[in-house]
Amino acid sequence: MPDEKQVTLTQMWARQSGIVVQVQGGHGVVNRLSALGIIPGKRITKISSMLMRGPVIVEVDRTRVAIGFGMATMILVQLDNEATK
Amino acid sequence: MKILLMGNPNVGKSVIFSRLTGVRVIVSNYPGTTVSYTRGLMKLGDETAEVIDVPGTYTLEPTCKAEEVALQMLDTGDVVINVVNATNLERNLYLTLQLLEKGVPVVVALNMWDDTKHQGINIDLDKLRGLLGVPVIPTVAVTGQGMKELVENIPKATLPGIPTHSRDERWAAIGSIIDQVQQVTHRHHTWRERLSDASVKPLSGGIIALAVLAISFVVIRFIGESLISYVIEPLFNNLWAPVLSKLSGLLGGSGFFHDIIIGKLIGGEVDFVQSFGLLSSGLYVPFGMVLPYIISFYLVLGLLEDIGYLPRLAVLLDTIMHRLGLHGYAIIPTLLGLGCNVPAIMATRILESKRERFIVATLISIALPCAALQAMIFGLVGERGGQYVAIVYGTLFVVWIIVGTILRYTVKGFTPELLVEIPPYRLPQWRATLQKLWMRVYGFLVAAVPIILGAVLVINILYFVGVFEAIANFTAPVITNLFGLPKEAVTAVVIGFLRKDVAIGMLAPLALSAKQLVVGSVVLAMFFPCIATFVVLLRELGVVNTLKSTGIMLSAVLITGGILNLVL
Repeated sequence: MPDEKQVTLTQMWARQSGIVVQVQGGHGVVNRLSALGIIPGKRITKISSMLMRGPVIVEVDRTRVAIGFGMATMILVQLDNEATK
Repeated sequence: MKILLMGNPNVGKSVIFSRLTGVRVIVSNYPGTTVSYTRGLMKLGDETAEVIDVPGTYTLEPTCKAEEVALQMLDTGDVVINVVNATNLERNLYLTLQLLEKGVPVVVALNMWDDTKHQGINIDLDKLRGLLGVPVIPTVAVTGQGMKELVENIPKATLPGIPTHSRDERWAAIGSIIDQVQQVTHRHHTWRERLSDASVKPLSGGIIALAVLAISFVVIRFIGESLISYVIEPLFNNLWAPVLSKLSGLLGGSGFFHDIIIGKLIGGEVDFVQSFGLLSSGLYVPFGMVLPYIISFYLVLGLLEDIGYLPRLAVLLDTIMHRLGLHGYAIIPTLLGLGCNVPAIMATRILESKRERFIVATLISIALPCAALQAMIFGLVGERGGQYVAIVYGTLFVVWIIVGTILRYTVKGFTPELLVEIPPYRLPQWRATLQKLWMRVYGFLVAAVPIILGAVLVINILYFVGVFEAIANFTAPVITNLFGLPKEAVTAVVIGFLRKDVAIGMLAPLALSAKQLVVGSVVLAMFFPCIATFVVLLRELGVVNTLKSTGIMLSAVLITGGILNLVL
């Protein structure tokens, strides 16, 4: 898989989906996100994001989660093929 | 026997709790923490069992204080009812597996069972029971379906005793359980989901937020006013006033005791607002003026909470709140502050860091007028024209932003980032909503009424011995020169420490110009929080931080009052 298809959550467009590859960041961040089911291997869809570095809203396991901007930059996602978009 | 209700946030735990227990419910603080929980009693056969609504938790590897408390409580329970959201098994099972590893007897309540059908989710119950090794009861808490079976199965809770896993092993185990028991068929989005997504998009979300806040405001005023004019005022005027005038006659119509108990007669009659006696204003202020608004405010807030709107508001406002050194969730104590500052400052406990708690509590006590105060501002300032009310609110808002921005750069510490689940919209359940309303109103009465009565008593004695005149003479230069208010307004400002709304009422007979009224209202709103708030501030922030907060408040009042006097 080419690397250029991996983006952070903040770089995704609304309604794009992919698979979580990696959660960069400290133990605390990884822990908090994994409690909400955001772990490598999970399918994730971006719903929307607020303006001016606001939170990102995603769908994981049929629930919506809002993630602060800084934390969203730490979540690396492998995008689905463009054909599915 | 101690039964613990445990589960992720937003799975209907509280609704199950209110179904299991009666009306006698106690909110307590977990010792040594600011995390509160609810407990109540239920009948189990011939026995009475204690039921504890444990704070919602996603995991037993704590990521916040509430989760630490949940973990500690786990050791004290005999049985755990693990409430699971049936429409989101994957995530909910993580906690379930951790509970099973802990070796406590567990019953699983598979709640929101009815929603699985709408969402095209098919769960094989028998297979799930087999894989988990504990009773699994489908429930619909809001209708009460499955509650009887749940209660019957509490004694049958089993101890599966599965070995401890690592995080990755647990997620792998969940994956395999889900593969075996759950089938999801494709379906179309419902209107509720569309609305849900629309409310967290910048443009449509902003419009929805404005509409929700505007409607809430109108409804709160409508219910509050209706309660006052159709219930409270008739009661006081027709039942209580005759008793008081008789008592006034018995006490001789004037003198030390008369003035303390009944207050000064206004035009030969007892006036509930201005007489200022223990039995007149002392009772009328908390019950006649504040309580109606407290009831209507908490009713509307409780509905917004139960519908699931508040997390969306937190997301929308996260960016703005970050400018004040906060994150979106700080909007909840802030909104509460528009009802009464006392519960608002207590609600700052939901915030994780000390820094945030200090900033929010300070901002609330300075810039947020409580419902009672707002009612007085509307009544008194509104008479002179809506634009003056707008100036008062606008000024307070600007003060909120400026003080918040200053605090953001000066208060040390960190603000954790927003990370919150956005639950689907749900129809509120009157049972749980009313139970919560009752707990909050009761909390207000217990906390505020004794303080108000005490304050009226102290003010009356101080007034009698002439302390107020001394303070008035001492502070008069500030009031008259800086704020441009008459000297008589000093008494109002001093009383404002005890009851802000009463203080604004005291500006009424002074024949102030519209400008003076605006300045007076803003100064009173920002000046010392009422004594009840002050006591809570002391308890929540400690002496040092309360003094800091007070210093900030005094500077802000002097600057704002002075500027308003100059520019208006």
